[in-house]
Amino acid sequence: MDCKIDMQKITKSFSMGKRKRIEVLHGINLSVKSGEFISIVGQSGSGKTTLMNIIGGLDCPTSGRYLLEGVDIGNLNGNQLSDIRNRKIGFVFQTFNLIPRSSALRNVELPMLYAGLGDAERKERARELLFMFGLGNRVNHLPNELSGGQKQRVAIARSIANDPAIILADEPTGALDTKTGRMVMDIFHKLHEKQNKTIVLITHNERLADETERILTIEDGYFIDEKIT
Amino acid sequence: MIRIGSDIIIHLKESIIIAFEGIASNKMRALLTMLGIIIGIGSVIAIVTVGRALSDSVSSSMSKLGATNILVALQNKNTVDTGVNFLSGSLVKSDLISDEMVAEYTIRFQDSIEAVSLSNISGAGQVREGRNYANITFMGTNVGYEIANNIRILSGRFVRDNDLKTRQYVAVVSDKLVNNLFPDSPDCLGKEIKVDLSGDVQTFTIIGVYKYEPPMTATGVSASERELRTYMYVPITTLNFITSADEGYLAITVNTKSNIDIAAFSKRTQDFFNSYYEKNPKFEVSAISMDSMLTIVNDVMGTLSIAVAIIAGISLIVGGIGIMNIMLVSVTERTREIGMRKALGARNLSVQIQFIVEAVIVSSTGGLVGVLLGAALGYVGSTLLGYPKFPELGIVFISFLFSMVIGVFFGFYPANKAATLEPVEALRYE
Ligand SMILES: Nc1ncnc2c1ncn2[C@@H]1O[C@H](COP(=O)(O)OP(=O)(O)O)[C@@H](O)[C@H]1O
Ligand SMILES: [Mg+2]
Repeated sequence: MDCKIDMQKITKSFSMGKRKRIEVLHGINLSVKSGEFISIVGQSGSGKTTLMNIIGGLDCPTSGRYLLEGVDIGNLNGNQLSDIRNRKIGFVFQTFNLIPRSSALRNVELPMLYAGLGDAERKERARELLFMFGLGNRVNHLPNELSGGQKQRVAIARSIANDPAIILADEPTGALDTKTGRMVMDIFHKLHEKQNKTIVLITHNERLADETERILTIEDGYFIDEKIT
Repeated sequence: MIRIGSDIIIHLKESIIIAFEGIASNKMRALLTMLGIIIGIGSVIAIVTVGRALSDSVSSSMSKLGATNILVALQNKNTVDTGVNFLSGSLVKSDLISDEMVAEYTIRFQDSIEAVSLSNISGAGQVREGRNYANITFMGTNVGYEIANNIRILSGRFVRDNDLKTRQYVAVVSDKLVNNLFPDSPDCLGKEIKVDLSGDVQTFTIIGVYKYEPPMTATGVSASERELRTYMYVPITTLNFITSADEGYLAITVNTKSNIDIAAFSKRTQDFFNSYYEKNPKFEVSAISMDSMLTIVNDVMGTLSIAVAIIAGISLIVGGIGIMNIMLVSVTERTREIGMRKALGARNLSVQIQFIVEAVIVSSTGGLVGVLLGAALGYVGSTLLGYPKFPELGIVFISFLFSMVIGVFFGFYPANKAATLEPVEALRYE
């Protein structure tokens, strides 16, 4: 199996004020194979989100080498990164990040819009995805008319709209109760098994992490533990 | 990049939908934002429309004066020539334009003059015949009045020089008066009528009937046929005798021959009469033709247009800055949304287009409201002037286009700010 994500000695530092810089990630090595379902656990502030932003091409590492499906991310400009995120990555966030004034349908359409798909094609696929996640009767609802679990299902539908190989989920069950969290987790399992998605799940929940194939523990910007289940 | 072209088209439609969602969710803010544009565009449309009615109204009253007529009128010395003058200061007989001046003038310029029209209005009165009556305005005239004012005689004749010399009690009446007074026997030439001038009853003989022309600027409610007030023309000398008025005129109308240079002749006429007023401390004479009046009116309109353009320009700039301000607020409020769009693959250009389109929609909606408001105000204003008008399509189109340009111009900076946001920073924004 080929490597989807291949990181070597990735560091990330932020400048604080004029001269001070703090390093948040200190030489991360990470490789994720195609079709793997891994989880990253760690305390708040340990650098999980920072790492995920780099994996997803939302941010650039300060040093180190990162190959995404063999492509060196460090050499790409803003628009090229946009295209990579658009076609290869699906993001799922703790806070859903749905566009508040757009309906569920139009939220799901967005990645396809940016990919340049035509109107009819977009609508059809968006509808299909919403039906698939049991939201057939919520198509035209606005985000604030949906429950947390429904919002997260819309967000997941949106994340896979362009059929990306990789799904990055940053504490996707963090804002949900146990029952809905369970439902969301089942969706990830299904996407992993049926569609062979490569999934990186960031979570606080040890029980959910245990369900993944590999658990990486991060602390203060270092991987301190790796457990294969 | 190849995708840019299709990007713009796809995102244009999407951006328009998004923009309308935004406006709908915050109508009050959108309205306040548009206010500057609405006022700017609205005032231009309204004033241009009213201006067209105004110039129509002026040129129609001008054409009543007649293309070959010169109005010679007294005015105060040292007045700015605005075309409209009100005499101030007490006026004595020696200040008036005298018969001697007119006679001298008529002889001196006989090659250029067709007729000199003299007139004097004495006020309202009523004519009675049995149970019938007709309202009149009593006007003393001379022969020239008929020519200068294009009076159409239906039967009989107009006042003549002889009538003036011998102060005849003869009258030229309107066909309307005849209808009201003699409904059964319309042939009334030679009939005597009794004219009641506020208690003073005088007897006149009808020598002519003229065709009544309704005034071109119909202001107010027009009276019924029965109550209609028409002019009754009598020799001016007779009128002056009855009312014991001073002999002399505040104004006279000169009807020129049609082949002369009227502007130059106006100047010579003015110089001629002013030679009598060199020593007069208060008054002088101005002579204006329709040509020179139109020039004055156009000058005034031109100045007015510049003033309107400046006001409109200022309110459009203020409106544009308002839009820029609200767009900057909007970009800040929607930082997370922008971050999310970028995470989903939006390119800088897509984000930029979205925000520019939003600004354009706000500004052009304002433009549209302004056009409608301006058209309504312009219609009301021009109707009051007696010449109902809608704005011309050209100016509507240009105004609307201009409001869109304002959106692009003032939306550019906020849109650029949105487009260059770092996706991570935008997503971290609380
Ligand atoms: N843009 C930034 N500027 C400064 N510090 C940052 C920035 N992003 C993250 N950090 C810091 O990096 C550390 C790791 O943050 P984060 O990756 O969000 O942690 P986690 O997701 O594990 O809770 C934190 O101490 C946070 O304050
Ligand atoms: Mg985090």
